[in-house]
Amino acid sequence: MVLVITTESALFIIFVVAYLFYIGKSLIPPYPHQVLEFPWLGSILLFGSSGTIMVAERHLKRGAIDRFHLWWAITLACGVGFLIWTISEWLKLIYKDGLTIATNLFGSTFYSLVGLHASHVLVGAILLSIILVASLRGKIRHRHHEHIEIISWYWHFVDCVWAVVVTVVYIISVKS
Amino acid sequence: MNWLKDLVTQTGQAGGCAPARMLRRPQFWRKLLIGLVVLAIYALFFGTAQAQEYPVHAVQNIFAPTSLPAESLAFLSKLVLAICAGVFVIVGGLLTYGIIRYRRRGPEDDATEPPQVYGSTAIELAWTVPPILIVVVLVLVTARVIGEINGFQPLGNNEQVRIIGHRFWWEVRYPRYQVVTANEIHVPLNDRTQPAATQLILESADVAHGFWVPKLAGKSWLVPNYRNQLWIKPFQKGIYLGNCTVLCGPQHANMLIRVVVQAPDDYNWWLDNQQKATVEDPNVAEGRKAFVQNTCGTCHRIQNVAGADGTFGPDLTHFMSRETLGAGVAPNDKEHLRSWLKDPQTLKPGCLMPNMKLDDQEIDLILAFLRTLK
Amino acid sequence: MANGTTIEIGKEQAPARPGEERGTLTGWFLELLYTVDHKKLGIMYIGTGWLFFVVAGIMATFIRLQLAGPNGHVVGPETFNGLITMHGTIMIFWVAMPFVFGMANYVVPLQIGARDMAFPRLNAFSFWLTFFGGCLLLFSYVAAPGLSGSGPAPDVAWMAIAPLTARAFSPGSNVDYWSLSLLVTGTGSITGAINTMVTIFCYRTKGLTLYRMPLMTWLSLVAMFLIILFIPPLSAAQIMLTLQRYLGATFFDAQSGGSAILWQHFFWIFGHPEVYVLVLPAFGVISEVVPVFSRKAIFGYPAMVAASVLIGFISSGVWAHHMFTVGMNSFSITFFAFATLVISVPTGIKMFNWLATMYGGKIRLELPMLFAIAFLFQFLIAGLTGIMLGVAPFDWQLNDSYFVIAHFHYVIVGGIVFAVFAAHYYWYPKAFGRMLDKRLGLWHFWLFLIGFHLTFDPQHISGILGMPRRIYTYQPGRGWDLWNLISTIGALFQGLGAVIFVFNLIWSYWKGKKAGDDPWDAWTLEWATASPPAEYNFEKLPEVKSRRPLWDLKHPEDPDWKYE
Repeated sequence: MVLVITTESALFIIFVVAYLFYIGKSLIPPYPHQVLEFPWLGSILLFGSSGTIMVAERHLKRGAIDRFHLWWAITLACGVGFLIWTISEWLKLIYKDGLTIATNLFGSTFYSLVGLHASHVLVGAILLSIILVASLRGKIRHRHHEHIEIISWYWHFVDCVWAVVVTVVYIISVKS
Repeated sequence: MNWLKDLVTQTGQAGGCAPARMLRRPQFWRKLLIGLVVLAIYALFFGTAQAQEYPVHAVQNIFAPTSLPAESLAFLSKLVLAICAGVFVIVGGLLTYGIIRYRRRGPEDDATEPPQVYGSTAIELAWTVPPILIVVVLVLVTARVIGEINGFQPLGNNEQVRIIGHRFWWEVRYPRYQVVTANEIHVPLNDRTQPAATQLILESADVAHGFWVPKLAGKSWLVPNYRNQLWIKPFQKGIYLGNCTVLCGPQHANMLIRVVVQAPDDYNWWLDNQQKATVEDPNVAEGRKAFVQNTCGTCHRIQNVAGADGTFGPDLTHFMSRETLGAGVAPNDKEHLRSWLKDPQTLKPGCLMPNMKLDDQEIDLILAFLRTLK
Repeated sequence: MANGTTIEIGKEQAPARPGEERGTLTGWFLELLYTVDHKKLGIMYIGTGWLFFVVAGIMATFIRLQLAGPNGHVVGPETFNGLITMHGTIMIFWVAMPFVFGMANYVVPLQIGARDMAFPRLNAFSFWLTFFGGCLLLFSYVAAPGLSGSGPAPDVAWMAIAPLTARAFSPGSNVDYWSLSLLVTGTGSITGAINTMVTIFCYRTKGLTLYRMPLMTWLSLVAMFLIILFIPPLSAAQIMLTLQRYLGATFFDAQSGGSAILWQHFFWIFGHPEVYVLVLPAFGVISEVVPVFSRKAIFGYPAMVAASVLIGFISSGVWAHHMFTVGMNSFSITFFAFATLVISVPTGIKMFNWLATMYGGKIRLELPMLFAIAFLFQFLIAGLTGIMLGVAPFDWQLNDSYFVIAHFHYVIVGGIVFAVFAAHYYWYPKAFGRMLDKRLGLWHFWLFLIGFHLTFDPQHISGILGMPRRIYTYQPGRGWDLWNLISTIGALFQGLGAVIFVFNLIWSYWKGKKAGDDPWDAWTLEWATASPPAEYNFEKLPEVKSRRPLWDLKHPEDPDWKYE
């Protein structure tokens, strides 16, 4: 998983570099400071889900499978919530502000970076669902806690990428 | 053929046959020599100016520069080539020696294994330090040349030529003189005492291109939305051939460059000519009309011709002042121009001028018209 | 030794060769389709490599025929541009990369005393992704023409120069075949690399510390690390390109303020480490062959490891030496020139270590060694022309010229392909239980050597005389005619040599001399298995005490572990 995270980081770095390189270079509006609001809801959901997944893990380690189910499901719900929040953000940007991937450099780099991240959240959500279903069917036991930990690393990684995205997109480019 | 028969069959005549006798007379040789000298003098001074004064440098050897900065580049290149050649001789020699000296000589060598040597820090250091030193030397020299050439600041009195790459031709502008031409770039001769250089500003109208005339300078890309520059100080007259060096499409190979380095007088004469509009020749009025009516003018601008103001294709105002057409793909003479007008795709398949489907009469008219654009 | 390791050379029964279990042709085919065995997958990777080598080699032949003389009429300009793009792309991604993965797959688990790769099914998945990506690219010849009139195959050079790749200038879908096939194969490479790295880190047999691993394994490890770090930039750039072509994104679009040069940065951040991915396993092969055929341990193993890691590390910081002429500032140019020159130091160290290994030895000029010696000479030249090009002003003249083509073909063909040939003559007996025929091998060697030099030596000269790359024809009188003609003649020699080699591979499978477990009297673990090895590799996982476990067994009076 460490290697997977390394390779995915390399992928994200390129999109981040493209975003940073093109800050301030869009020839036509909309510009970041005009249309971006700080992503409170999305961030709370996602960072919170990192916390809830850790709680779930701890319950699994202690063998409390029911609690594990609960907290794992909450994590999944937070992840799905984040995706729904993202979709609503995008709908607003596209239909209200007129920002699409083809509008300008900001649009291209914004949607590609945030979209790449969202696709990774989606993959993570699918992984979480598979585990949840398997667990509800009784297949996940205490002895699997190391495997579950590895899956949770992926989830934490997705979170860290979100932290980078928030910094680069919602803080740096809005201030520029 | 009688003389040949005679030459072959004649024998024994005193002194030989007529031609043989002639060849033996010293007067013949004296006359021949005088004739040749006269011919040489004539050729030297009265031959067409371009043929003698402006040799075509078709072979562009980077080690035979005729301009700055190509000279600095050639010097550095020779230095690094010499160092690398030295390394090759030494290491290659060691390798060759080793293979011969330490080869297995026969089954008797299989009885025992040679002494196993696992390494030696001293030896490792010994062959790490010299390469580091060579690298240090090279980096220092390189940095200096880079700074010298890349850091060039144009002076006020530089000649400035703006070169804009298109698929598959070169738009050439002289901003100071309001001159617009294509494919042939004229620059003044420089001498080493003058600080002024000719600045080439490189831009692109569509995809990335590359500009390379090895005897004058290194190459540079032409990138849309990104301005590059090269500078040259040529000190040998001539016509320098070059190529586009960045794949830009099917006719990348035929996007040729001609840089004409001229003596200051000739250069000024050329500029003057380019600045003037061409004289309207009433004999080709029909051709001028045909040019506009067949929409040639929507791509090709010709100064003072109403309806000919397009900028997609090369400016044709002084078309006949150029030695080639199609960015060097063919010489600018009647048959090639006719062929081009009939169907440019035969000379340059994939170029962006379509077959205009002109009939022969239109071709004749337009041809005659174009050939007045001196 | 006290644990009773059961490396008993020659005692195991050689099992049926790949495919022989099921007996029928269908059985053989199905077995290939379903296998997860690293050895079979390794052979399949290599087979894929040779298959695509033939395809891309035929393309190269057409390129050379077109360029044999001025104003050639063998192929038209669009076809030619397609040929050079396909030749380059296929050779790098579907010939050289499969060789890297094939050799790593076959050799690494055996050398570290493992039974298979860490994730066998992922291994098969990686292979089939790679293979499918290649088919997808070749499919462009069939499917891409469409209505746009542009060339069927991608014709934008293997580096897909922006903005030529924009919809406006490449209207068909040929560029998309380039992007998509590489996205697919790139994913296969990444998963394969992760698999190999996990295998090396977690499945080494008892006693095999990282510092005792054979150099082939070490160099494969560094190469795999470069893959997982630097293929994603290519994928990212291709995603951006595809978004631009289909959804109107503006990444490299000059009219929206995008930068064509950004594409180059992203591409070369991938592109340069990629060539080190290709060359490091070649170094690994040489580091196995030279000691065995000089009858000496490799000189300076720690330095070799350090140099390899250093090369991998530095290679990530030299990419812009491909961009010296696009218009960077002086500081950047100087920095990248410096980094490029610095990488020659560890590379030189490796060269000298190989030399020192040979000195004092008893060099056996068997076929693997012949190819290794040719590698040493040719890689020396390649490295030196690389240094010349690293001196940026020299590159200002010779970038994008035939000198560069000569340089990288010297590295890839003169270096990597020769090392791959050496690897074949060295490990084929292990994989198939038969020696490759020696006489055919000598014909192959000399024909290919002569052909290689005939083709690529003159290209240095035509580059120096101003011949640019990627031109489908040239005018007479530029001084290029003779060199191009010689170059074309060489291609025919190389083709003949390659044909003899492929014939040798097939003929020796049935008629080759039986090899036994350890035909070369070598010292690493793979030679302790049967030829071919059983599916489970080792009956009992061995325990090692030094870098050359078989040397210790064969020379109990003077084992390596006394000196390490």
